[in-house]
Amino acid sequence: MGMLDLVLIWAFIIGFGIIMYVVMDGFDLGMGILFPFAPTEEDRDTMMNSVAPVWDGNETWLVLGGAGLLAAFPLVYTTILPALYIGVFLLLAGLIFRGIAFEFRFKASTSRYLWNWAFAGGSTLAAFAQGAVVGAYIQGFEVTDGVYTGGALDWLSPFTILTGFGLLAGYALLGSTWLIMKTEGRLQEWAYRITIPLLLGVLGVFVIISIWTPFVDEMVKDRWFSNITVIWILPALTLICAFQIFRSVRNRFEGMPFVATLGLFIFTYLGLIVSRWPYVVPPDITLWDAASAYDSQLFLLIGLVFVIPVVLAYTAWTYWVFRGKVRAGEGYH
Amino acid sequence: MELDPLILSRIQFAFVVSFHAIFPVFTIGLASYIAVLEGLAFKTKNPSWVKLSAFWTRVFAVVFGMGVVSGIVMSFQFGTNWSNFAQATANFLGPMLSYEVVTAFFLEAAFLGVLLFGRDKVPPGVHLFAAVMVATGTFISSFWILSANSWMHTPAGTEFRDGVFFVTSWSEAIFNPSFPYRFTHMVLASFLTGGFVVAGVSAWYLLKGREVEANRKALSMCLWLLLVIAPTQAVVGDFHGLNTMEHQPMKVAAMEGNWETSRNVPLLLFAIPDQANQTNRFEIAIPSLASFILTHEWDGEVPGLNEVAAEEQPPVAIVFWSFRVMVGLGLLMIVFAFAGLVLRAGGRYWQTPWFLQGLRLMSLTPFVAVLAGWFVTEIGRAPWLVQGLMNHSEAVTPSLTGGMALFSLIGYFVVYALVFSAGVYYLMRVLYVGMEDSDIDKEYGSDRPKRPFSAAHVPFDIDDNGTHKPLNQGGH
Repeated sequence: MGMLDLVLIWAFIIGFGIIMYVVMDGFDLGMGILFPFAPTEEDRDTMMNSVAPVWDGNETWLVLGGAGLLAAFPLVYTTILPALYIGVFLLLAGLIFRGIAFEFRFKASTSRYLWNWAFAGGSTLAAFAQGAVVGAYIQGFEVTDGVYTGGALDWLSPFTILTGFGLLAGYALLGSTWLIMKTEGRLQEWAYRITIPLLLGVLGVFVIISIWTPFVDEMVKDRWFSNITVIWILPALTLICAFQIFRSVRNRFEGMPFVATLGLFIFTYLGLIVSRWPYVVPPDITLWDAASAYDSQLFLLIGLVFVIPVVLAYTAWTYWVFRGKVRAGEGYH
Repeated sequence: MELDPLILSRIQFAFVVSFHAIFPVFTIGLASYIAVLEGLAFKTKNPSWVKLSAFWTRVFAVVFGMGVVSGIVMSFQFGTNWSNFAQATANFLGPMLSYEVVTAFFLEAAFLGVLLFGRDKVPPGVHLFAAVMVATGTFISSFWILSANSWMHTPAGTEFRDGVFFVTSWSEAIFNPSFPYRFTHMVLASFLTGGFVVAGVSAWYLLKGREVEANRKALSMCLWLLLVIAPTQAVVGDFHGLNTMEHQPMKVAAMEGNWETSRNVPLLLFAIPDQANQTNRFEIAIPSLASFILTHEWDGEVPGLNEVAAEEQPPVAIVFWSFRVMVGLGLLMIVFAFAGLVLRAGGRYWQTPWFLQGLRLMSLTPFVAVLAGWFVTEIGRAPWLVQGLMNHSEAVTPSLTGGMALFSLIGYFVVYALVFSAGVYYLMRVLYVGMEDSDIDKEYGSDRPKRPFSAAHVPFDIDDNGTHKPLNQGGH
């Protein structure tokens, strides 16, 4: 090693990739979770139209994150994926159904209801699995000599079921605030209406997790109740975001609810990171333990230095092209 | 019976990869074909070329879309089922797979949109450029994947220390000894796949008398292409085989069904390998021919399976028969390519019913041949996952139980069966609608990029009134 600590750079890249995936695929998964409850079929068309042009790009972050994790932190990849075996299968199965539904629903008439179910079911399954994965991560993994030694269903516990429902509510909240921003009329009214209950659901899960986690894990407790008091700014900011969602929905602001929900996700995510830093496979494998060879990290980094700006620019451009409201039966203009 | 997670994981990996592989094999060949059509359209301004290109671009869109969805699963398989393998090889395979993802992203993000939706929006030269870049992108993508795969067969440029591979030379590892052969063999297989599918579909349209002029052109070019590629593939396959004999002699021994190292080894046309008794039953053979093919000398020495212990031999029957299926179909392809040449005199190639019917059936053979060839090379490597250094049982995830592996195997099977049925059904509709309806392109025109299937413009189903009300996903 020596010259440059690539591990930190890679930790930043992977961490950034994960939050990009979570917030971006989050709102389109949220669309699927809300899908069955939409007021009319026409509104469902509008909902799908609002995410159809971007979901594919959102998924890029997942694949890039998966491959990047293998390249930069193989030990994370090879301990967590076996630990979450069944969960990963459910996640992928959900994403496949969701992805195929996107393609076929636009082409179907009589079979459209089937694709509706595939879209809603796939999205809900994928979101729940992701939430359970987060919970399993907080819980920690049974690892001996760099190999997962726990059971097949260790990841599924009352705690992870709670986080699963928590993320379902969180993604639905991202979805409803996205709709507030992107639609108008009846659908927007509906989105305004469901946002506060969803927010309360998310906050409820937050509160339970915040009380529960210190009991589940000694290390997290030490971190939060030790002398590093500055980290309390993160839950404070999370609460400010929650309040902001509440206020902006009441005042019928259109963009702010979504922005505040993004803030809610980002600060929660940072809170999760500071709880664990520098352990990347809880409870006791650090980033440096998990890293691949310096050479390998460098070899890939050289390529990514060129690629990541392009990915970001392309993403920004896509969202710019599709800015503005989406209307039923008409698409953008 | 105890469920074996190792066997189930191998079946699962074979299933997932086989399912995924048929899409890129087709899209690599088709992308090049579209680029050629675009070039011809650009140069000659003949509307037939535009019509053909627009139609095959629609097919490409659907196949590409299916490939993307099935590909998501692939990058997670190494971690879930083969975690020890992933841990050991991550220093090399991690960057390779990441570069592949990145290349695929570039292809999709920057150029696919222009190719699929840009025909009337960008200057013809830019559209042609996009087509060429999409074709190039498919090659670069397969470059990384085949390099990674070849390295597992002929690991070079790495050092195996404490159970982990460290890269000592990136150039030696990437351009490992079997890579050039494997890459060339695969690229030609992709061209054969694209060529026979286009030929088969064109033949079907000609039998129906649809768009005769355009489809005659398409069939003619395919036959010229196949006339060059099909025999070339046989030669490249021979070189690939010699390379394999050098690095993986037991694979070649299994392909030949040769149990004992010896000279004057016959070429077996038919045999039932009996691994329990280390012999063949019901042999039909041509004397000394295997020696001649593999060593180019009639009495050349050919390695036999007896050089390693029985448990270190690959499953001989599967490799032996897969190899014969691949070679047999390859020879059939050469026959059709030459039949096309013979029938060319007087333009009979597009009006000889048996030939056109034959080509229709032949459009499925490249997929079978590719899968058979893939079985030969991957199963023939057994019991090694990284040749000579890591075997399957060392590679499998330690915590994996038979129950988990069975659950996910059945799960993936069900998911893929549903997805694949919908995909094939839809592809058939796209082919059925054909190229006559290319006017709908205008109706659906839009000034923004969309998802791949949007380029297909074909309804999935028809409602009770016999009409289709598509969701308007575009602008105006």
